[in-house]
Amino acid sequence: MRVHLQRDVDKLKRQILMMSAEVENDLRMAVRGVEDRDEALARNVIAREPLIDRMEVDIEEDCLKILALHQPVAADLRYIVSVLKINQDLERIGDLAVHIAECGLHLAGPPLISTPFRLGEMADKAQAMLRKVLDAFVNLNSAAAREVCAADGEIDEINRETSRQVRKAVAHDPALLDPLLQIMHISRHLERIADHVTNVAEDLIYLIEGRIVRHTAEVSAGGPNAVVLNALSQEKLNGILHAG
Amino acid sequence: MRGQEALLDMWKTLGVAATEGQALGESSRQEPGTAAGPLAAAVVAEPVRSHVQAVRFSVFYRSNQAVKNVSLDMPVGRVTAIIGPSGCGKSTFLRAINRMNDLVPGCRTEGQLMLDGQDLYAQEVDVVTLRRRVGMVFQKPNPFPKSVFDNVAYGPRLHGALNRGALAETVERSLVSAALWDEVKDRLDENALGLSGGQQQRLCIARALAVDPEVLLMDEPTSALDPRATLRIEDLIGELAGKYTIIIVTHNMQQASRVSDFTAFMYEGVLIEFGATQDVFTKPREKQTEDYITGRFG
Repeated sequence: MRVHLQRDVDKLKRQILMMSAEVENDLRMAVRGVEDRDEALARNVIAREPLIDRMEVDIEEDCLKILALHQPVAADLRYIVSVLKINQDLERIGDLAVHIAECGLHLAGPPLISTPFRLGEMADKAQAMLRKVLDAFVNLNSAAAREVCAADGEIDEINRETSRQVRKAVAHDPALLDPLLQIMHISRHLERIADHVTNVAEDLIYLIEGRIVRHTAEVSAGGPNAVVLNALSQEKLNGILHAG
Repeated sequence: MRGQEALLDMWKTLGVAATEGQALGESSRQEPGTAAGPLAAAVVAEPVRSHVQAVRFSVFYRSNQAVKNVSLDMPVGRVTAIIGPSGCGKSTFLRAINRMNDLVPGCRTEGQLMLDGQDLYAQEVDVVTLRRRVGMVFQKPNPFPKSVFDNVAYGPRLHGALNRGALAETVERSLVSAALWDEVKDRLDENALGLSGGQQQRLCIARALAVDPEVLLMDEPTSALDPRATLRIEDLIGELAGKYTIIIVTHNMQQASRVSDFTAFMYEGVLIEFGATQDVFTKPREKQTEDYITGRFG
C-alpha cells in the first residue's frame, strides 16, 4: 500500500514540477514578447496553451485517482489536495500569460507607443514571485511562501498606479486609446498572476503546516509560533515526501 | 450587514466552522436528531462532559505494563476511537473500562479509571452493575446458542426478570435500535446461530443495549464481517451516538475516521495523541501518529 502510494506521489510530483517550469517559461516568453515587440514569441506562447491545459487535466485526474485508490491522510492528504489547487492556479497563470501574449500582438503593430509605465518592473516582480514560490514548493519552505504572500501588495500598488497613468494618458491623447488599453490589460493580467502565485503560496503553507491561512492577517505577519511549527513540520514533511 | 451576519451564523450552525483549535468541548459533530436551527448552534457550542475518564491509568500483566499512565477524557454521547498497532494496549485499555481484565491472573491496575467521576476500581463497585452500565461488543459475534429472543432477553432477565409484556417490549426496542428488528421479527424463536455474521453482530449489539447501558465498548466489532455488513454496523454506530457514549477499538483507520468524533492513538502502551478525529487525520501533532496513519511505520 505504502509503496504504491509513494510511487504515485513521486510521479505526481514530477508532473507538477514540469508544469511549473512550463508555465514559468510561458510567462517569461510572453513578457519578452511585449518588451521586444516580438510577434513570433507571442504566437509561440499562444500556441502552447493546449499543452498546459492537457497537463492540468492529467494532474487533476492523477490526484483524483490517488484520493480514490489510496485514501491518503495527514501529510499525504494535504499534499494531494494542495497539488490539486496549485494545479489550477498554475493553469490560470498559463492562461494569463497567453492573454499577455495577445496584448503583445496588438502592441507590436502601429501606433508604437513608448511606455513610461512600470510594466517591466511589475513583470520582473511577478516572475520573481513565481520563481520563489516554485522553489518554496520544491524545498517545502513555508517561510519563503510567507514572503511571497507579503510581496503581492507591491504589485497591487503598481497596478493602481498604472491605472491612474493610463487614465491620464487617454485624456491627454484619445487617439492612443487602443494601445493604452492593452497596457492596462497587461498590468491587470500581471496583477492577477501575482494573486494566483499568492494562492499557491497559501496552499503551500497549508501543505507544510496544516493551517488554512487564507483570508487571515497572519499570512504576512508569520509570528513566533509559526516559526517553531515550521521547523517541526518541515522536518516531518521532508522525511515523508522526500522519502522515495 | 445584518444579512451577512445571519448567514454566517447559519453557516456556523451547520457545525462547519468549529474546527480550529478544537478542544473537547467544541466538537464539530452535530447532535443527532437536532435540526439545523438556532437550537443546534447552542447544542454544538455547549461544553461536552467527560463520561469515562482515565487519570494516569496503568494496567499490568504481572511485571509487564500493558497500559502506561494513560490520561484520557472520553466525552458523553460521542464516539471515541482508539487506534494503534497490535500490542499497543488499546484492547487492554478498552477491556479495563468494564473490568474484563479482573479474571486475568496477575493483572492489576494503577491510577484511576472513572465513570461519571466514580472510580471503577474502588472496593465498593459492584462489577455486575458496572457491566450493566458499560456494555461490550466483541470482535467475533458471540450469540448464545439460544433463540434470537432469548439472546436479547438474557441481560434483562439476569438483572431482575420483567413481566413477559415488558420483556417483549425491551427485546423489540433493542432490536430496533440495533437495526435488526425488520430482519428477525418473524424468526424470534429461531436459533441465533442461524443468522448471518453481520446479523449476529447486530444481535450482540441489541443484547448489549437491552440492559440500557450508558457506555458501549466495541472491540474491533467489524473485523470478522464483510464490507456490506461492516457498513451496516458503522451506520448503526452513527445512529447510536448521542444516546450512548461509544468507545471503539479498531485496526481499520478509515473506519476510525468515518465513525468517530475523537481519536486516540496508542503506541507501546502510551497514549501518543488524542484529539478531534478531523484534526488527527488531517494534521496530527505527533510524528508517530503521522507515521502510523500514513502507513510509514517501522
